[in-house]
Amino acid sequence: MEQMMFGIMMYLVALLTIGGIYAVIALGLNMHWGVSGLFNAGIAGFFAIGAYTSAILTTPTSIKHLGGFDLPVWLGMLASMIAAGIVAYAVGRICLRLRSDYLAIATIGIAEIFRLVLKNESWMTNGTRGIANVPKPFEDLGTPWSQLAFLAVVIVIVAAVYVVVERALNAPWGRVMRAIRENDDAAEAAGKDVVRFRLEAFVFGAMFMGLGGAMTAHSFKFIGPEATEPLLTTFLVWVMLIIGGSGNNRGAILGAIIVWAIWSMTQILTGFLPPDLAVRAATLRVFLVGLLLQVVLQRFSRGLIPEKSPTAAAATISQKVTPAP
Amino acid sequence: MLEFINFYLVPGLVLGCIYTLGAIGVSLLFGILRFAHFAHGDMMTLGAYLALLVIGLTGWPAIAAIPAAMLGTAVVALVIDRVSYRPFRSSPTIIIVIASFGIALMVRSAIQFTWGLEIESYRTGIHRPMVFFDSLRISGNHIQIVLTTIVLVGAVHYLLSRTKIGKAMRAMSDDPDLARITGIATERVITWTWIIGAGLAAAAGVFVGMDTQVNTFMGWNLLLPVFAAAILGGIGRPYGAIAGGMVIGIAEELSTYPWIGTAPLLSPGYKTGVAFGIMVILLIWRPSGLFRGRVF
Amino acid sequence: MRLLEATEMTGGYGEMDILDSVDMGVDSGEIVSIIGPNGAGKSTAMKAIFGIVRLRKGQVSFAGEDITNAATETQVRRGMAYVPQERNIFPNLSVHENLEMGAFIREDGVAEALEHVYELFPPLREKMRQPAGELSGGQRQMVAIGRALMVEPKLLMLDEPTAGLSPLFMAEIFERIIAVNATGVGILMVEQNARQALEISHRGYVLSTGRNRFADSGANLLANEEVTKSFLGG
Ligand SMILES: Nc1ncnc2c1ncn2[C@@H]1O[C@H](COP(=O)(O)OP(=O)(O)OP(=O)(O)O)[C@@H](O)[C@H]1O
Ligand SMILES: [Mg+2]
Repeated sequence: MEQMMFGIMMYLVALLTIGGIYAVIALGLNMHWGVSGLFNAGIAGFFAIGAYTSAILTTPTSIKHLGGFDLPVWLGMLASMIAAGIVAYAVGRICLRLRSDYLAIATIGIAEIFRLVLKNESWMTNGTRGIANVPKPFEDLGTPWSQLAFLAVVIVIVAAVYVVVERALNAPWGRVMRAIRENDDAAEAAGKDVVRFRLEAFVFGAMFMGLGGAMTAHSFKFIGPEATEPLLTTFLVWVMLIIGGSGNNRGAILGAIIVWAIWSMTQILTGFLPPDLAVRAATLRVFLVGLLLQVVLQRFSRGLIPEKSPTAAAATISQKVTPAP
Repeated sequence: MLEFINFYLVPGLVLGCIYTLGAIGVSLLFGILRFAHFAHGDMMTLGAYLALLVIGLTGWPAIAAIPAAMLGTAVVALVIDRVSYRPFRSSPTIIIVIASFGIALMVRSAIQFTWGLEIESYRTGIHRPMVFFDSLRISGNHIQIVLTTIVLVGAVHYLLSRTKIGKAMRAMSDDPDLARITGIATERVITWTWIIGAGLAAAAGVFVGMDTQVNTFMGWNLLLPVFAAAILGGIGRPYGAIAGGMVIGIAEELSTYPWIGTAPLLSPGYKTGVAFGIMVILLIWRPSGLFRGRVF
Repeated sequence: MRLLEATEMTGGYGEMDILDSVDMGVDSGEIVSIIGPNGAGKSTAMKAIFGIVRLRKGQVSFAGEDITNAATETQVRRGMAYVPQERNIFPNLSVHENLEMGAFIREDGVAEALEHVYELFPPLREKMRQPAGELSGGQRQMVAIGRALMVEPKLLMLDEPTAGLSPLFMAEIFERIIAVNATGVGILMVEQNARQALEISHRGYVLSTGRNRFADSGANLLANEEVTKSFLGG
C-alpha cells in the first residue's frame, strides 16, 4: 500500500516536471502566437538548438560528440537561451515578413533542416545515437529527493519565466505588440516599427523554447534527434496553448499541465493492454489529442483561461468564429 | 552517362511526378480555400494504404487499385471538410491551418491504428526492369507512374479549361467574393476541389508504394517537398505546380550525383533537405514563385 | 407593385451603422440613380440590398418577396444582378469565360444570351479569348456588365459603372445602359458623374452621411437648386 502511494507520488512528480518544462515552451509560443500572432510551426527547431547547446556544454568530455565542456548546468541553460535567441534572430530577419501560413511552412522547413543536421553531423551530435550523460541537477540526492529537487528547479524556472513574460506584456511593449497583432497597418501608421517589434517577440519567445529544450535534456540526462520530432515538440505545444487560452500566460501554463497529464495518463492506460494491442492503442492517443483540438477550436475557441483584455481577446483565435448558419 | 539516367534522372522524374500530383492539390486548395492544407501529406498516405487494402483483397496490380484509392480518399477528404473545415469558412485562415495540422495527425494515427506501424510493400518478389538500347534500364513501375501522371495532369487540364465546374474553380480562385455575387455555387466548387485534390494526392501516395514502400510517416516526409513544389510554381497556380514538382523531384535526386570528383555532391542523408532548402530560399527570395504572370 | 422596394435600411459593417433608415425603390423598366458625396453610403446601400451587408433594421423586397438579409448566392436566381464598384471581373479568366461564369446558375443554353452581350459590346467579341485582366478600363467595365446580363436579370445593379473612364467611354457605357433598359430591365446605379447619370435616369436618390436627402425624378433633381449647389458642384 505504502509502496503504491509512493509510486503514485513519484509519478505525479514526474508528471509535473515534464508538464512544467512544457509550460516554459508554451509560454514561449504564447509570446509568438498568443501575443504577437506569429505562426511558428518550427518549435522543435528552437527546442533542439537549446537542448543540444546545453548538452554539449555541460557533459563531460567525450569522443562521441563535440565537447563536452563540463560546464555548470545553469550556464548551459543560459547558453541554450542565447543560442536559440541568436538563431531566432537570423530566422526572424528573413522569415517574419511572410504571411502567416507561409511563415508556418518556412519555420517547419527550417526545423526539419536542423533535425537533418542533428542526425547527420555525428562529430557534433553523435548522430542518431544522441548525447548521453547529460548532468541532472541534484541527481546525487537519491530517490525521491533528487526528483523533488529537480521539480523545485523546474517550478522556480516556470515562475521566473512567468513573471518575466507577464511584465513584458503589461509594459508598453506588450500593449504595442497586441496592437500590432490586431492591426499592423494601424500600428505602422502610428509610427511603430512593426518589423522590429515582431523580431523582438520572436527572439524572446524562441529563447524560452530553447530553455525548454535544455531542461528536457537535463531532465532525461539524454538528448537524441527523436526528442525533436514535430509531433511531440511542436504539435503538442500548440494544442496546449490553444486549450489553455491563447494570449494568456496562465492559460499557457494550465494548458501545458493538463494536456501533458492527458497525454501521459493515456499512456498508462494503454500500458495495461497486451503488447500487440498496446502499440495500436498508443496511436489512438494522438487521435484523441487531435480530436480534443478540433472540439476546442470549434466550441471553446478562447481556451480555458481566455485572454484578459476584451478588445485584444477578440483577435487571436476567437475572432469571427461563429458557427455556420 | 547511362548510370546518370538510370539512377538519377529517371528516379528524379518519378519523384517529380509524385510531388507534382501532390502540389496540384495543394495549389488548387490554396487558391480556392485560401489556406495551406497541412493534412495533404497524410491524404497521400491514406491513398497508399487504401490501395494496399484493395491489392490485398483482389490481388490486382497496384496501378489498378489507383481509382479505388482516389475515390476512397476523396470521400474521406469530403467528410473531413464538412466536419472540421467548413465551420471555419469565415474565420481567419490561420484557424483552418491549425485544424488541418490536427487532422493530419488524426489521419495518420487512424492509419496506424488500422494497419499498424510496419513498413508495407505492394509487391512480392523482384521485378526485372525493362532494358532499352542495351543498357538503359527503366522499371515497368516507373513507366506506369510517368504515364499515369501524364493522363491525370491531362485530365486536370481538361477539367480546368473546358468544364463549367473547372472554370468556376478558376473563377473562385481569382475572386471568391465576386464568385458568390455571380451566383457560382461556391460550396459545390469546394466539393470538387477536394475531390480533385484528394484524388491526386491518393494517386501520388500509391506511386510512392509502387516505387518503394509505404509507411505511416511517408505523408509527413512528403508534405514539405510538396509545399516546396507548390510554392515554387506559385501557390494557387496548378500549372506552375507541375513545373515546381518536377524541379524539386529532379533536384533532390541530382543533389547526390557526384558532380564534382567522385563523392556525392551532397551526402545522401541531406537529400530530403534539398526540398526544404529550395523552399526556404524561395520563400525569402521570391514568395510569389518562380513563374509569375498568368494564374492557372 | 414595385420591382425593388427597400424601406428604412439601417446597418453597416461592424458595430457602427453606416445606413440610417434609407428608403429606395425601382419600378420595372426604370433607370434609377443614387448620387451623393464620397463615403455617403451609396455602395453600402447597394450591398445591403444584395445581402452582402447585414441590415439591423428595415426591409428589402424584390418582386413582392421579402429578401431582407437573404444569402448573396440566392439573389441571382431571383433575377437580380450586381456589378460591384471594384474587382468586378475575373482577371485570369478569358472574356468569354467571364461571361460563361455569369450564366453559372443557368442550366439552359446560354448561346442566345452570349450573342446578345456580344452585340451590345462588340469589342468583347474581338477579345473573347484574352484574359479579362489585360483589357482596358472601359472594356473591363463592359465585361463586368456583360457578365451580369448573362442571367437576363430583371434588375441590374451597377456601382459606378463609369468610374475612371474617359468621357468618350463614359458616353458609350451610358448609351448601353439605356439600350439594356430598353429591353425592360430595371436599372439601379450609383454614379459619381451625377449630372450625366441623372440626365438618363427616370428617378434619382441623393444620399449623404447614410441618409436620404432628396428623392425625385431625374429632371426635377437637376432643376433643384439645392441639389445642384451641394451635390452637383454648382
Ligand atoms: N468594408 C468596409 N468595412 C468597414 N467600413 C466600410 C467598408 N466599406 C466602406 N466602409 C465605410 O462605410 C462608409 C460608406 O462607404 P461607401 O463605400 O458606402 O461610400 P460610397 O458612398 O460608396 O463612397 P464612394 O463614392 O467613395 O464609393 C464609409 O465611411 C466607409 O469608410
Ligand atoms: Mg462606393
